[in-house]
Amino acid sequence: MIRFENVFKRYPSGREALSGVSFNLERGEFAFLTGPSGAGKSTLLRLIALIERPTRGTVLINNQNTARISRGRIPPFRQRLGVVFQDHKLLHDRSVFDNVALPLVIAGASRREIERRVRAALDQVGLLGRESHAPITLSTGEQQRVGIARAVAPRPDVLIADEPTGNLDPDLSREIMELFTRFNEVGVTVLIATHDLELIEHLPHRQLKLVAGQLAADSGRGGS
Amino acid sequence: MDSLRHYLTLHRQNLLDALRRLASQPFASSLTVLVIAIALALPAGLRVLVNNAGALNDSWQGAADFAVYLKIDVSTENAARVARAIGGRPDVANVTLIDRAKALEEFRAKSGFGEALDALDGNPLPHTLVVRPKSGAAGDVEAVAAAVRAIPETDLVQLDTAWVTRLRAMLALAGRMVDLATVLLAIAVTIVVGNTIRLEINSRSVEIEVVKLVGGSDGFIRRPFLYLGFWYGLAGAGAAAVIVAAALLALEPPVRAVATLYGSGFQLAGLPLREIVLLVVGGAVLGWAGAWLATARHLKAIEPK
Ligand SMILES: Nc1ncnc2c1ncn2[C@@H]1O[C@H](COP(=O)(O)OP(=O)(O)OP(=O)(O)O)[C@@H](O)[C@H]1O
Ligand SMILES: [Mg+2]
Repeated sequence: MIRFENVFKRYPSGREALSGVSFNLERGEFAFLTGPSGAGKSTLLRLIALIERPTRGTVLINNQNTARISRGRIPPFRQRLGVVFQDHKLLHDRSVFDNVALPLVIAGASRREIERRVRAALDQVGLLGRESHAPITLSTGEQQRVGIARAVAPRPDVLIADEPTGNLDPDLSREIMELFTRFNEVGVTVLIATHDLELIEHLPHRQLKLVAGQLAADSGRGGS
Repeated sequence: MDSLRHYLTLHRQNLLDALRRLASQPFASSLTVLVIAIALALPAGLRVLVNNAGALNDSWQGAADFAVYLKIDVSTENAARVARAIGGRPDVANVTLIDRAKALEEFRAKSGFGEALDALDGNPLPHTLVVRPKSGAAGDVEAVAAAVRAIPETDLVQLDTAWVTRLRAMLALAGRMVDLATVLLAIAVTIVVGNTIRLEINSRSVEIEVVKLVGGSDGFIRRPFLYLGFWYGLAGAGAAAVIVAAALLALEPPVRAVATLYGSGFQLAGLPLREIVLLVVGGAVLGWAGAWLATARHLKAIEPK
C-alpha cells in the first residue's frame, strides 16, 4: 500500500532529511514511525501526502508512483488519504461539524451522506453532540479528536498521523491509539509518527525506526 | 444529475457564504464597494450627460431652417410663385415668404435706422424665403438647399448647418472620451477588486492551506473568492446606479429652469433600464474578473508545508 524505494529527500536548504529509505507497508497494516527529533519522520509523511516530493527514489501509494501525479491530480489523491496533523489544522471560524464535513463537501457527498458520516465519525471519536461547538472551545485532546474525525470521515484507504498524541496526557494518548487500532481493524492502512515510545511499547504493531534520515530498525512484516 | 445538483448546491453556498463574509465586515466592505461605485458612477454619469446633449441636439428642429434671398429684381408675384413651388416639394415642410416691402417697414420700425434708409434710393432688401425641410438631417437639408439654389430667381441660400455639424462632431468626441474613461475605470475597478481579494486570500491562507491538505481542488478553493469579487462588483454597480440617479435628481430643477427660459420642454433623461442592466452586469463581471486575476496569481503560492 505504501512503498518507499531508496528514497532521498534533500530540502532546498541543503539539509538531507531522508537518505535511502526503503520499506513496504501492506494494505491493512499498522505501523509506527519512530526516531529522535529531526530524524525525518515528518518528512517521510509529507512525501506520502505529496506535500513534498522526493529528491531521488520512488514512493508508491496503492501501486501508484507518486512522481507521476501531476499538480492537478493531487486533490483527488489527497481525498483518498486521511491525514492527522500534530497541530490539528482545524478551521477556527467553523463549527466542529463543518470541520469534519470539509473533506466530504470537497468530495461532493450529498447533504444526507455528509450528515450521516460526520455523525458517525464524531461518534467514533466520542464527540457526538458537540457538532455545533467552535473548535476553540474544545480542549487540546478534543481538538485532536476532531482532526481525527475529519481524517476518517471520508473512509480513506490510508491514514497517516504525525505525532497525534504530541502533548496529550497518557490516558488520552492511549485512547487515541485505540481509536487508530479500531480503524485499522476495519481495513485501513495506518502509519503513525511518534516519539512516545512508552506509549507504543505494549502495542503489537510494527515499528519503523528512523535515525538521521535512514531506516535503522524495522520490527515488522511487509519486507522491503 | 446528482453531481449537477451537488455542483449547484456548492455554488449557492459559496454565493451566500461570500455575502455573509461581506456583511461580517460592514465597514471595510462598504469602503471597497464605495470606491467601486464611484469608479463606475463616473463613466455612467458622463454617458447620461452625453445622451442628454444628443437628445437636445436632435430636438432642435429649428436648426434645419434656412433662409433663401431672392434676386433683388424678382417681383412680388414671382416670389410668391417660387415660394409655392418650393413649398410643393415633398421634402419641404413649409415655406414662409417675407415680402421685401414689409421687411423694410419692419426694419425701419425696429432698427432706428429710418433716416439712413431714406437716404438710399429704393429698397435694398430682397424678398426672403424661410424654408423648413421635413427632415433635420444634415444631408437632407443640404439636398433641399441644392434644389433651391438651382432656381434662377435665387440669389443666395444661407444654410447655417455648420454649427450643427460642429456640435455633432463634439458630441461624438465627447462620446469617444466617455468610452475611453469607461475602459480606464473598468480597469481600475478590476484592480480594486483584485487587490481586495488578494488581501482576503492572505488573511485566509491558513484556511486555504487546510482545504488543500484535505484534497480541495484549485477550483474549489477559488470559487468563494470569485463570488466575493462578484458581490463587490454587483454592489458597487448598484451603488453607482443610485449615485447617478441622485445626481440627476439634484440637477433636475436647475435644468428645468433653464429649459423654461428657452421656452423648451426639454427634460433630463435618466439612465435607461437597458443601461442600468448593462452597468450592473458589467460591474459583476468586472468584480469576478478582478477576483479571477487575484486568485490566478496568489492561490498557487499558498501550498501546505
Ligand atoms: N521545510 C524544511 N526545510 C529545510 N529543512 C527541513 C524542512 N523540514 C524539515 N527539515 C529538516 O529535515 C530534518 C528532518 O525533519 P523532520 O521534520 O522530518 O524530522 P522529525 O523526525 O519529524 O522531527 P520531530 O520529531 O522533531 O518532529 C530536520 O533536520 C529538519 O531541520
Ligand atoms: Mg516531525
